[in-house]
Amino acid sequence: MEMCAQPPLDGAKKTMHQIACHECDLVHSIPPMPTRAAACCVRCGAVLFRNKPDSIDRTLAWTIAGLVLYCVAVTFPFLAMKSGSIVQKTSLLSGVRNLYQQDETILAILVLLTCILIPLIQMLGLLYVFIPMKLNFRVKYAVPAFRLFQHVKPWSMMEIYMLGILIAMVKLGKMATIVPGLAVIAFGLLIFVLNFAITAVDTHMVWERLGSES
Amino acid sequence: MNEALSSARQLGLVSCHDCHLLSRMPKVTGHPVVSCPRCGGVLHQRKPNSIMRTWALVLTGMIFYVPANVLPMTITSAIGSTQADTIMSGVIYFMHHGSWEIALVIFTASIFVPFLKFVILIYLLLSVQFKSIKRPKDRTLLYRITEAVGRWSMVDIYVVTILIALVKLGFLANIEAGPAAIYFAAMVAITMIAAESFDPRLIWDALEEQHE
Repeated sequence: MEMCAQPPLDGAKKTMHQIACHECDLVHSIPPMPTRAAACCVRCGAVLFRNKPDSIDRTLAWTIAGLVLYCVAVTFPFLAMKSGSIVQKTSLLSGVRNLYQQDETILAILVLLTCILIPLIQMLGLLYVFIPMKLNFRVKYAVPAFRLFQHVKPWSMMEIYMLGILIAMVKLGKMATIVPGLAVIAFGLLIFVLNFAITAVDTHMVWERLGSES
Repeated sequence: MNEALSSARQLGLVSCHDCHLLSRMPKVTGHPVVSCPRCGGVLHQRKPNSIMRTWALVLTGMIFYVPANVLPMTITSAIGSTQADTIMSGVIYFMHHGSWEIALVIFTASIFVPFLKFVILIYLLLSVQFKSIKRPKDRTLLYRITEAVGRWSMVDIYVVTILIALVKLGFLANIEAGPAAIYFAAMVAITMIAAESFDPRLIWDALEEQHE
């Protein structure tokens, strides 16, 4: 049995916006807010939502910048290890392939998902939702795409991988010289750029626009 | 109770997990699937079976915590000798070799944070089950911290994968991932899902029942 719930408000009260705190369920009526303002729950202090300026343009700009950095981060050499005359190079993808060849399939899948595929899914998801919004046309499956974007968020672990790189560099530093490649720099920048893109997303506005389309 | 300080559940409303639209919950018997009128997501007043699911995942995580710490994480073989390192022996190695900062990072991320997560989640579960009304705001804050720091435990797994990629056969030494790596990765993922399946709104429900 499947049924739709009804919106709680009639058209007359549309200026006041009702929202329940996602952490303590307290219902708030929120008047139209100035830009850059955040509404916080009066009971538990959770941020209910923020009014973000130019959300569509900012998200698109950061996401496109992120995709460029991503291409560099994935294809260029990541780290090189020098010891005497021997140089051992690795890239993000060849690292995953190495793990796979050494029968560490689960670890290979883990790195592939959390550091390579999920960040890509996040960026492509944002483009898929935001480009039609910017150019005012509709696409199918924008709702599931945005839902997916929201759900994969905690599993994108690039910044943790970066910390892992730093620790590994210290660990191997005594045995050999570690030379960071171009990809590491791109990867480090990508962490910030993708974070800016995600911060620029006005989730509330996105759902309202997606909701009014259907 | 006035309308200004009521929860959605008390008003017969339901908030969508995905798009946060507030809807009126239809009064029906049984367990129908109610979907959000805006995004089509399945609506629940509270996350389904939150307490039991979180308990199951916390206990599973705790079981995995043991082999993750006891078994070797890395197996290093240099010419003629092999050495197996657990997480803790890695921490001790760093302490003795002058980089206590790194030792602290690994100890915190790999041993202390997962342990703290178990303690906090069990405390939250028990406090909800015993309908505690003490310091709900602080308990919500504890939950928020638990949810945010859990992912950082994965750092040790990444260190191992990078070492494997860099130090390959024919080089100075060969590093392999030990059996603990899989248990450890699973433990981190399971505790992340455990934190995700706990519903912080349950903390506040006990307070409302007191007032009624």
